[in-house]
Amino acid sequence: MHISTNPWVWIAFFFTLSVYTFLWKDNFLYKIAEHVTVGVGMGFWIVLWWDQTVVGQFWIPLSTNFGTNFHLIVPAIMGLMMVTRIIPKYAWMSRYALGFTIGAGAGFALPRVIQGGILQQLYATLLPIDFSSTGLGYNLIIIIGVLSSLIYFFFSKEHKGVFGGIANIGIWFLMVGFGATFGYTVMARLSLFIGRVLFVLGDFFGMQLF
Amino acid sequence: MNFWKKLEQLDRRIIYVIITLAVILPFFFRLGLPISISPEVKSIYDYIENLSPTDVVFISGDYDPQVDAELTPMLEALVRHCFKKNVKVIAANVYNPQGVGLVEPRLKKLAREYKKVYGVDYVFLGWKYGGTLLIMRMGEDFQGAWEVDYYNTRLEDLPLTSRIQDYDDIALVVSLTGSGAYISWIYYAYVQYGQKLAAGITAVMAADSYPYLQAGQIIGLLGGLRGAAEYEQLIGHPSLGSAGMEAQSWAHIAIIVFIILGNIGYFKIKKK
Repeated sequence: MHISTNPWVWIAFFFTLSVYTFLWKDNFLYKIAEHVTVGVGMGFWIVLWWDQTVVGQFWIPLSTNFGTNFHLIVPAIMGLMMVTRIIPKYAWMSRYALGFTIGAGAGFALPRVIQGGILQQLYATLLPIDFSSTGLGYNLIIIIGVLSSLIYFFFSKEHKGVFGGIANIGIWFLMVGFGATFGYTVMARLSLFIGRVLFVLGDFFGMQLF
Repeated sequence: MNFWKKLEQLDRRIIYVIITLAVILPFFFRLGLPISISPEVKSIYDYIENLSPTDVVFISGDYDPQVDAELTPMLEALVRHCFKKNVKVIAANVYNPQGVGLVEPRLKKLAREYKKVYGVDYVFLGWKYGGTLLIMRMGEDFQGAWEVDYYNTRLEDLPLTSRIQDYDDIALVVSLTGSGAYISWIYYAYVQYGQKLAAGITAVMAADSYPYLQAGQIIGLLGGLRGAAEYEQLIGHPSLGSAGMEAQSWAHIAIIVFIILGNIGYFKIKKK
């Protein structure tokens, strides 16, 4: 065992322990860690966006070659129009910039989302039912799962009789889905904790872990 | 007060202590629990295994420090595999600038370990504003989309990136993410350009991503620390992921025991 002499590792160790003290109860150390995280994160983003976007994407291209980059003034003006939201008298100007952003975003996204998120997913449920040793009827389970879950979310007909029975099967599929998601969530949270334990044992205490 | 009643009123902090012990003790007393390989992890391994040394894998570290523990082991395992096979690597952080500080040092460390030359065997692009627009532009004009690498060298001046024109020159894109970034890669790179994709995601998102795998929109999936551990086993280099898996297994056993005891207690008390 060899405790690290790197001050950054000590700082990270201090904040790791500070965050976990919350498990005992809310306290001063946790609050320090929480506020530092929020502050550092926000500061990082502001500097980065200023440097990469305003300076990198606007100021440098415009100041080095105005002739070919003068069109950048248009998005810059629209960006300023967004900021008018903080002045109630001129807030209406922000709607034009927002309208452009939403319109362009939706225009880019809609055809691809329909293709990738709906049509290709739909094709993936139109499957041959295969009971061979490789297929094992999994495709049938997918088809039943999709149809029964969709029927559960069909609210224009009362869930009674055969329709209600299929909707109930849909509930079972949904429950299995929620269970899998919850199981994975537990695994994820533990992984993050394990990550911190690896840091404390490996980086701070210098233990050989693998 | 009987046992079940006491259990119902158990201080939550005792549970925290038990879970902490379940996570820490396996690092000192290893039982060597096996790690089985799932098909979705194997398919990524097989795909990279069959690439030639001229092929390029683009890895986008679309994540931040909060999920570093789950995704960095994946990054290291994937880059290690590519370097072992002499496959070229272009790494970037398309969706998350906070990933720059996580990906760059790991890439440099592995490049030193495998004696890879910057600009020839691998390139790091860092982050650039754009997100989905950047993904789309890469499909039309890769060099125009990025212009310079992380160290401000023009892409046409680097041997590796000078030959990349669009997605046709990239064999595989892997999105490592703790958000829905991999879905954007599906919509904007796979749907529009037919780019082969794989995803390395946090375990929280893994269950939701299987429809994309089943639809063939991604060739494979690394889900959480477990996915990283499986990949490490496949490349024969146990590392961060594998080190944590035993702790993960014991913590899961502890949680399963708590759930069973909690349910038995609930029904016993309800019966009375």
